[in-house]
Formats: sequence, C-alpha cells, structure tokens
Amino acid sequence: MHMTHDVALGINLLHANQEGAEHNRAHFDEWGITCCNIMSSPGAGKTALLEKTLEALSTSLQIAVIEGDMTTELDADRLRQYGVPVIAINTGRSCHLDSRMVAGGIHRLQHEYNPSSFDLVLVENVGNLVCPAEFEVGEHAKIALLSITEGEDKPLKYPIMFREADCLLITKTDLAPYLDVDLSQIEANVRQINPTVTIIPVSVKTGVGLDDWYAWVRSMVDRHCQNHHLGSASLVGAVPHNH
Amino acid sequence: MITIRDWWESQPERPKISKVYLIVGQFTCVEPVSLQFAFAAQTCDTFLAGATLEIQETPLIAFCHTCQQEYRPEIGIQYACPTCRSPMDDIRSGRELKIDRIECEEQLLCT
Repeated sequence: MHMTHDVALGINLLHANQEGAEHNRAHFDEWGITCCNIMSSPGAGKTALLEKTLEALSTSLQIAVIEGDMTTELDADRLRQYGVPVIAINTGRSCHLDSRMVAGGIHRLQHEYNPSSFDLVLVENVGNLVCPAEFEVGEHAKIALLSITEGEDKPLKYPIMFREADCLLITKTDLAPYLDVDLSQIEANVRQINPTVTIIPVSVKTGVGLDDWYAWVRSMVDRHCQNHHLGSASLVGAVPHNH
Repeated sequence: MITIRDWWESQPERPKISKVYLIVGQFTCVEPVSLQFAFAAQTCDTFLAGATLEIQETPLIAFCHTCQQEYRPEIGIQYACPTCRSPMDDIRSGRELKIDRIECEEQLLCT
C-alpha cells in the first residue's frame, strides 16, 4: 500500500492566460491604445459591424484590427478595404482567441507600424458564444453581439458571455417585422444576468442605432486617453518592457 | 508558480502525483465530463500519467442586496432573485476554476 500526502496548490486554471492578458494590456496602455474585444456567435454580424465602424470612425480615430478567424483571411480581406491595418490571426482549430495569440498580433503591430499612433484596436474574436467569454486578451472592454434571429433565450443559455459584456449590441433589428422575436424580452433576459451592461439595438442595414454605438466607442477612447495622460492609478501596474 | 509542472519541477525528489483535485464552478464554461476526457488524453506519457482527476463542482450562488440574502439562480432558466426579481448582481460562488491540491505518493527510503 502506498502512503500518500496532499499538497495544497490553489492555482487558478486561467492564471497563465490572465498574466498574458495583463501583459498585452500594459502594451496598449503604454501606447495610449484602447482595446475592445468583440465577441458573438458565428454570423451575428461582427464583421459587418466592423465595416460600418471603420467607415464611420477611421477618419477621426487611428484604428487597427486584430482579426481572429479559424482558417481563412476572408474577414480580414473584407476589412482591409477600409485602409486600416488588419492583422489576421489564424487560430487553427481553436475556437477562441487567447492572450498569447493576441500577443502575436501586438508583436506585429509593434514591428510593422508605429503602435503609439493608434487610438483604438478592435479585436474580432472567433465566432463562438461560449469559450471567448472566459479568455481575456488584454482588452479594456468586452463587446458582445446578439442578432435577433438567434432568439430571446440565448442570454439565459449562454450566460457567461452576457455576464462579462460591457456593451451588448442587439443586431439585425431591421429583421424584427419578419420574426416572432420580442426585443424587450432579449433585453430583460440580459439584464437578469448583467445589470450594468450598456445595451444598444442596431441594424447595419438601415443604420439604426449605429450613432449610439459610435458614441459609446468614442467615449471609451476619450476616457482611456484621459487616464493615459493623467497616468491614472487604474492603468498603473502596467510595466512597459521590451521583448 | 502557475502550473502543476512548475511545482513538480521545483521538488528535488520529483514525487509521483496520484491525484489532482480541481474546483470547478457551475457558472463557468468548463464541462467536467469533457475535462475528465481531456485530462486522460493530455497526461498520457507525461509526469502526470496515471494520475486521476477529482473534480469538485461548486454551485452558482448569488447575493441579492435588496433582500439581503443568498439564492441559487437556475442556470439556463432564471438568474434574477426569486423573491424580488432584482438582477443577478454579486456572485458568491460558481466562478471558481482552480487546482485546489494534489495527492503525492510518499517516497520509499532505501537504506
């Protein structure tokens, strides 16, 4: 018979990813960049939203996109037409971006461009309503999209994504007349899980709600910029260093 | 120290690890059954080969500030407070994801 003894470890399983995310955030803070992590199920309209956002904001803000896609550069090619740097990260068979993959994108941003010239980095995550919610990549805000065609129950079934989101865009609202979906029920279900999230119903087809979304992004960038210039305590702990 | 390997490599006697105790909250994106399957596959031919994984699940428990009491949200159905319908605000349990402890076999001392 073997004698055994226990050793207490208390290791957070996500620690390695969180450490990487903090490292990425330190780089963004050092360069005065605001980073948004954009997440949704496949087909909710992340790329379409980014197209509109780049069209509307890239004249007044310096934007770069980090694009996570499983195998192709189709989305990245769509976004390159807007004249902003698009760094494609093929996640291979992985269903989410993790902080190490995004660090690879940041590395390219640093070496191929002048990173301090950017105001905003938009990370388009892999289409998936589950795993991306658990993996921070170094963002300052998490944006979730839910298209109305997905149904009112999705916030209840995939709660972590909606719990983690700072801003939720309910997309494809132009389709509402053709669907038996109750927009107020979607909002109520989200609110049960996350009382503080900003909810913005939008349609990239008709443009409804997009101005509210752009205003939300601008206020994020402004707030972060102010903190950056003031060297706010919330952004300290970010120790810049070279690789 | 962020992995079991880090701990193991820091031990001069490199003990045999027989069990890994995980704590997994019910309000995480981790499915214990899948994790068991992955653990067996991933530890094959490593220092953890032969070790078993013991998963302790912790329930989702929220605290309602209006009612000043804890309650158990029904995942997938209802998250608001069952008494006053306030949204789920503070989560007291259910987000845990950690390696709590490991069990090692004692080294036999040869004289």
